[in-house]
Amino acid sequence: MFRFILSRLLQAIPVLLIVITATFFLVRAAPGGPFSAEKAVPPEVIKALEARYHLDQPMWQQYFGYLNDLAHGEFGPSFRYPGRTVNELIAGGLPITAELALYAMLVAIIIGVCAGVFAALKPNTPQDYIPMSAAMLGICMPSFLMGPLLVLIFGIWFEWVPVSGWGDLPGDKILPAITLGAGYAAFLARLSRGGMLEVMSQDYIRTARAKGLPEWVVVLKHGLRGGLIPVIAFLGPAFAGLLSGSFVVETIFQIPGLGRFYVQAAFNRDYTMILGTTVFFATLIVLFNLLSDIVAVWINPKLRHQLRDGT
Amino acid sequence: MLLEVDNLTTHFHTREGVVKAVDGISFSVNRGETLAIVGESGSGKSVACYSLLKLIPQPPGKIVAGRALFEGSDLLQADNKTLQQIRGNDIAIIFQDPMTCLNPYLTVGEQLIEPLIYHHNISRKEATQRAIEILGEVGIAAPEKRINSYPHEFSGGMRQRVMIAMALITEPKLLICDEPTTALDVTIQAQILGLVKALQLKRNIAVIFISHDLAVVAGVADKVAVMKDGLIVEQGPVDDIFYNTQHDYTKKLLASIPEGAKPSLSDIENNPLLTISGLKTHFHDYSGGWLKRNQKVIKAVDDVSLNIQQGEILGLVGESGSGKSTLGRSILQLVPVTSGHVVFDDTELTGLSPAQMKPMRRRMQMIFQDPYASLNPRMTVFDTLAEPLLYHGLATRKTVTEQVLALMDDVGLAHSAIRKYPHEFSGGQRQRIAIGRAIATKPELVIADEPVSALDVTIQAQILDLILDLVEKHHLTMLFISHDLSVVRYIADRIAVMHHGKLVETGRTESLFTAPQHAYTQRLLSAIPVADPVRERQRQVTLMEPASDS
Amino acid sequence: MPKPVPEGQIDQAEKGTSLWKDAWVRLRKNTLALCGLWVILFLCIIALLTPLIAPYGYEQQNLLLGAAPPSAEHWLGTDIFGRDMLTRIMYGSRVSLMVGFIATAVALFIGVLWGTIAGYAGGRVDAVMMRLVDILYALPFMIFIVLLMVVFGRNILLLFLAIGAVEWLTMARIVRGQVLSLRRQEFVEAAISLGLSRWTIIRRHLIPNTLGPVIVYTTLTIPSVMLLEAFLSFLGLGIQPPQSSWGLLISYGVETMEEYPWLLLFPGLTLSITLFSLNFLGDGLRDALDPRASKN
Repeated sequence: MFRFILSRLLQAIPVLLIVITATFFLVRAAPGGPFSAEKAVPPEVIKALEARYHLDQPMWQQYFGYLNDLAHGEFGPSFRYPGRTVNELIAGGLPITAELALYAMLVAIIIGVCAGVFAALKPNTPQDYIPMSAAMLGICMPSFLMGPLLVLIFGIWFEWVPVSGWGDLPGDKILPAITLGAGYAAFLARLSRGGMLEVMSQDYIRTARAKGLPEWVVVLKHGLRGGLIPVIAFLGPAFAGLLSGSFVVETIFQIPGLGRFYVQAAFNRDYTMILGTTVFFATLIVLFNLLSDIVAVWINPKLRHQLRDGT
Repeated sequence: MLLEVDNLTTHFHTREGVVKAVDGISFSVNRGETLAIVGESGSGKSVACYSLLKLIPQPPGKIVAGRALFEGSDLLQADNKTLQQIRGNDIAIIFQDPMTCLNPYLTVGEQLIEPLIYHHNISRKEATQRAIEILGEVGIAAPEKRINSYPHEFSGGMRQRVMIAMALITEPKLLICDEPTTALDVTIQAQILGLVKALQLKRNIAVIFISHDLAVVAGVADKVAVMKDGLIVEQGPVDDIFYNTQHDYTKKLLASIPEGAKPSLSDIENNPLLTISGLKTHFHDYSGGWLKRNQKVIKAVDDVSLNIQQGEILGLVGESGSGKSTLGRSILQLVPVTSGHVVFDDTELTGLSPAQMKPMRRRMQMIFQDPYASLNPRMTVFDTLAEPLLYHGLATRKTVTEQVLALMDDVGLAHSAIRKYPHEFSGGQRQRIAIGRAIATKPELVIADEPVSALDVTIQAQILDLILDLVEKHHLTMLFISHDLSVVRYIADRIAVMHHGKLVETGRTESLFTAPQHAYTQRLLSAIPVADPVRERQRQVTLMEPASDS
Repeated sequence: MPKPVPEGQIDQAEKGTSLWKDAWVRLRKNTLALCGLWVILFLCIIALLTPLIAPYGYEQQNLLLGAAPPSAEHWLGTDIFGRDMLTRIMYGSRVSLMVGFIATAVALFIGVLWGTIAGYAGGRVDAVMMRLVDILYALPFMIFIVLLMVVFGRNILLLFLAIGAVEWLTMARIVRGQVLSLRRQEFVEAAISLGLSRWTIIRRHLIPNTLGPVIVYTTLTIPSVMLLEAFLSFLGLGIQPPQSSWGLLISYGVETMEEYPWLLLFPGLTLSITLFSLNFLGDGLRDALDPRASKN
């Protein structure tokens, strides 16, 4: 078990290095320096600024300097918020984005899996068509459309919930969580329906029925585990999707989370901030992929020997 | 009577209309008795038994009429709750394929104790104790350890033992065995059949035994019902069915069993068309990773030397995993050979480049096992048969249609089918197309890899006769690979026996059958069931002993 | 001896139904998928003919009119600059559909090539090639695309390439899986034992049999690509005004949705209907081409 996780972690290191390197040089390759846009800055000030941010050093020195900083958990200072480090900005936005992502994930898993399993129990009946049509709606209605529509309907017309903010007014977390989670709920519903249909047609389900087990035991004990394997494999990519989805949702609902920072940094050309958040997001995503990988192996006895062998 | 079924009728509603899968059948079975239901695929024999417990998918299936009195109460009228209590408790089922019928995500122990926990309401600890006992009883070593294993950690035969244990753990009154040995090798089959018989005697239970194999039925049944197209065409005591056959279909089934040996050629000349010496084909298993230390080497063919004489049919026999198919593919250079020599008509085949191999390929062809996988689903009969002709320059665009039609005549396909696609044919017809493709290039050597094992017994007989005809007509030399000894006996002049990648014995068909030399051959031969109840009864005495010991 | 066959005999032969024909028959019974197909075709024609048939110029403003609700002159209303929404949406469809098709084509090209080579070569080549795909899978591409758009400006060509570069991974996996399982099929072995050349086998036996899943996946990739473009445009990182795309129109619509809801509604509806159509078509194709479906 330990060796397996260790070897997967080791495999993640080259991936992260690629991410860091690519991002670093991409940002450096951008036309125009971070300060060139500002007019009327005396050259000596630019010089001083460049020295402060080590931009006067050769490229490789900057690169290894940055790697060294990263190894110490330092993302460096922000270009645009003088006096603040990227670490501080991330630390400020992370809890909010994490909370939003968590709620959205819960919405997605609970609604999605339930709907999918429910639909798979009676395929090609209304019990199947209704949740699956809703799921199709969720997939075809992007978050940047669903969010505003929800705001329009429930926030402005009915005035049931606040239209923006995070933690300021009661109930203001509902719409963002639903907006972010709905698309993934729809996707998970389709995945779990497909998985369950596949499993419920297996011979061993017939065996379980032949043993005289109650139907709920057949479904929950014998069906669910195999049926949810595609769902678990999807959770890693879904997490990545949720993070990028948070860009939109935090913009729509004016939530001061990491996603909004990221988009703003992108507009402001705050390169250290972009670099820092990209590396941070990438690390999170890689680790989460790893986690869903490990769970997928652990849940499947045929693969579980990998945990022991450590390959 | 323990179970009395009357006028059971089950229909399936499909897009093409109503299929009368079971069309008003009646049968009965009593304690201690074995009723065998025999039929070919699609005859409705499994559906009939699943209908009793409502285990057919509904919809599209629907039980339309009938009565099934089990201990006096009608199963077909029972509500779901009553039925749940009967399933697995009073009536248990052993399914055909032990590979897919056990839940791969749960330990064997967990699956074993389930029926006990739900039916007898006893504690997990007691149930586990009972599970360990019964695993021991069905012949699984170290049951207290194995109980925590997952199904994939067992071999096919062992899984079937687990299935049997699972069915018997609640001490049911009726056991339904649906082709319980069809997926197993013949030696394992003998063990499993012996085990079922012993357990039945010990517990005095009723058994319904579903099978397509009359030879197996001859050994296990007290009563036999023969099914065809949803109807029971004939039923009665086993001896009547075999020795006093009434219905034409039953006669046809019995006649289709390949029996006796081929009258052997007076003497086979020593004029080998193919000579194999020291052939080794090893595979590397990369699943453990790329590192050397994790790789396993599988010795599929391990130092085999063999001749195939001009004009003979050499039968190659072995159980699954013995390497017989790999040997066939190694001869044709379809798999990379590790070392050794394959000499075909004075040409060394190993190490030839694809271009050098091309003219040789015309002269040696292969017939594959699965007629569903061996034809390209997107090519018509014409495309499939014309491809080898055109590619090897044996026909021109002008003459190709004529030659394809001649080939279709040869293998017994109607001309009108020339533009049809494989999915529009039955299994037997597909195998005819595949045979047509193999003989299209007028090859000298044909390697037939289990060509009839995916087919029903009546179709199997037709295809075997077709192969014999073609061998004679086109003066073919053939390597006939099969796990089925009676088929090989029927068709082959000489037989070679393979075991664990090695050739253990080679000999003329009759002498090998009458006086097998190697211990493995003897074991193999003693395990073959014969379609003769009297002989089967005598044989069981010797077979049952090891099973009752364990 | 083969008998001479009169020519007429073959003309009378029963016409076989190929799997393609079978699939088409099944697809035709699927009303939703068929509707999807017609909607997509309709949209494509509209997009092609937009410069000819659009009622107004796409920058033609009527500031006096301002944001007007739908009317006889402006079927879908006008935006705050008095520009005709129908025209804007039509021009937007050109960008959105183009991104969808071109980026998918890029993904298709790389993915099929990569997958076929890996699947056909097998062994170590396959292992190395697929390991690379695994590693790329683990990269957070969405974030990279945002980064690319920031760094290199909102370049539409770059957008095609970037999106195509993300989507090819799944395509490669699907094709590779198909080729790998086909290679083990006996009919490919039969082709090898007939002595057919590698290229003939790929052309005649492998490609026709991988086509089904590839078509299905292509149909499902187009909507996800269009969604990605709309997403970026919504954030202001995709298409630049005054060019229009559905994502951009939606993002403007959101700003004024309280006062002028039709500015959000119509572009949103158009995007959703398109995505619906493509997804239904893809689902329908999957059902129609699935050999297991033909058995019941």
